[in-house]
Amino acid sequence: MQQRLPIAVCFIAGVLMFLQYFSPHPVARAVFVTINDYWQIIFAFTLLVGIAAFVKTNLKQISRGKDTPYRLIGLAGLVLMPVLALIGGIKIDSPFQWAFENMLAPMQATVFSLLAFFVASASFRGFRARNAQAVILLAAALVVLIGRVPITEMISETFPKITFWVQNYPSMAARRGILIGIGLGSMTTALRVILGIERTYLRGE
Amino acid sequence: MPCQENFLLISVSFAVFIIIMSSRLKAPLYLLLLLTWEVSSVYASESGAEVRWFDPATLPTLVLSIIAIAVVLYTIRLVQSGRKLSIREIPGLKAVEEAVGRATEMGSPILYTPGWGGDIQRPTTIASMNILSSVAEKTAHYDCRLIYPTHDPVIMAVAQEVVKEAHAKAGHLDRYRADDIFYISSSQFGYAAAVDGFISRTKPASVFLLGTFEAESLILAETANSIGAIQIAGTDSTIQLAFFIVACDYTLIGEELFAASGYLSQNSMILSSVKAQDILKIFIGLFIVIAVIWATLDPSSTWWSF
Repeated sequence: MQQRLPIAVCFIAGVLMFLQYFSPHPVARAVFVTINDYWQIIFAFTLLVGIAAFVKTNLKQISRGKDTPYRLIGLAGLVLMPVLALIGGIKIDSPFQWAFENMLAPMQATVFSLLAFFVASASFRGFRARNAQAVILLAAALVVLIGRVPITEMISETFPKITFWVQNYPSMAARRGILIGIGLGSMTTALRVILGIERTYLRGE
Repeated sequence: MPCQENFLLISVSFAVFIIIMSSRLKAPLYLLLLLTWEVSSVYASESGAEVRWFDPATLPTLVLSIIAIAVVLYTIRLVQSGRKLSIREIPGLKAVEEAVGRATEMGSPILYTPGWGGDIQRPTTIASMNILSSVAEKTAHYDCRLIYPTHDPVIMAVAQEVVKEAHAKAGHLDRYRADDIFYISSSQFGYAAAVDGFISRTKPASVFLLGTFEAESLILAETANSIGAIQIAGTDSTIQLAFFIVACDYTLIGEELFAASGYLSQNSMILSSVKAQDILKIFIGLFIVIAVIWATLDPSSTWWSF
């Protein structure tokens, strides 16, 4: 029973969501809206579970003296933002907004900006001309990079055209090949779950 | 008349209540009743909407879906009739054993992340869970620590169950550490910063980046690369795949990520659906060739475009 019931629920929900895609009927729309609403409700409750687990894990690690400063900052952030929102509201001139714009947003931007340096270091490794394939990759990358710089267009109109061709034909063809594989893989995985062949999410039973 | 309708409604409600309470399936029946009630109330609010049962614009999708389902069912039947199926070697999945072995030898943990972009209903996340199960079974066998930070509490709960079951399957339930599978933050860069911090401080010997990734992919992969960890990556985003190919040791490209559960478990039923993918790829290839020839001979034709 413990195994059959979730598989039955999964099968019914999967088939319902599949069929509703083809129907503009209000009943089909209603099924879609209701299931999505319930999903949101379930997610809200699981967020509480996640926060409880976050607090529990961090407190346990602090008591063991592991990464204490980082964990204290994490817990302080978790407590501080809701407290600020409860005290001063979330209006544009509230302390919550101030903390969001002057603390959270700059920290997120900082992590995002690391990407520029990581792209440079990854490119340096990736574009080493070790063999024939790497040389082709390097040549293609150079053509695309040069073709995307505005000054190149002023020197010659051919470079942007070559760049366009590389991006829209060989590169796009390879990308679509991968996308077809991903689409088919996603579809068969979904079918395996709906038909109850794939049961890892049920503790692998 | 309204009085009779109310009486009928109360009688039916009472009868349904009695059936539910006397049944062994109280909870599912109650949920079904609740769902029906919700659907009917949403339906009532949309009563002025379109009343067609089928949208003709979705016909090509329906036909293709039916063909795909038929092919999957055919391959399942093929396996049930005793046909043996094999799958080509996938270096990224073959390296799982090597990654776990390396971490065990070095006495360092393994870090497994499903990325920030996906939730549990996404096929990529389900595929990632299948690989997690195999990795967890191996780590349980070798007594190697497995750290699984996630951005989604639902994924956290499912991963805890999957890892626990894998430990039980390996016969080492005592080695399961629930605290190592934890929720961090739903914020993309908050999650990336925290996982980066874990990688820098704990210095895992092996890092698995399998799931749905967005801009955080290269941040995580490069940090893991900087500490010399062996990296196995795979995602359904073609943009992030390019970053993984450059930064990681092994990358599962395209359908390889979805074939993983069949490859690792050698389950014939799962392998049958992988075989179905190959058959469908042949169909799509043939369709593309025919469409290209047709479009070349008759440039005004559009039947192949939908």
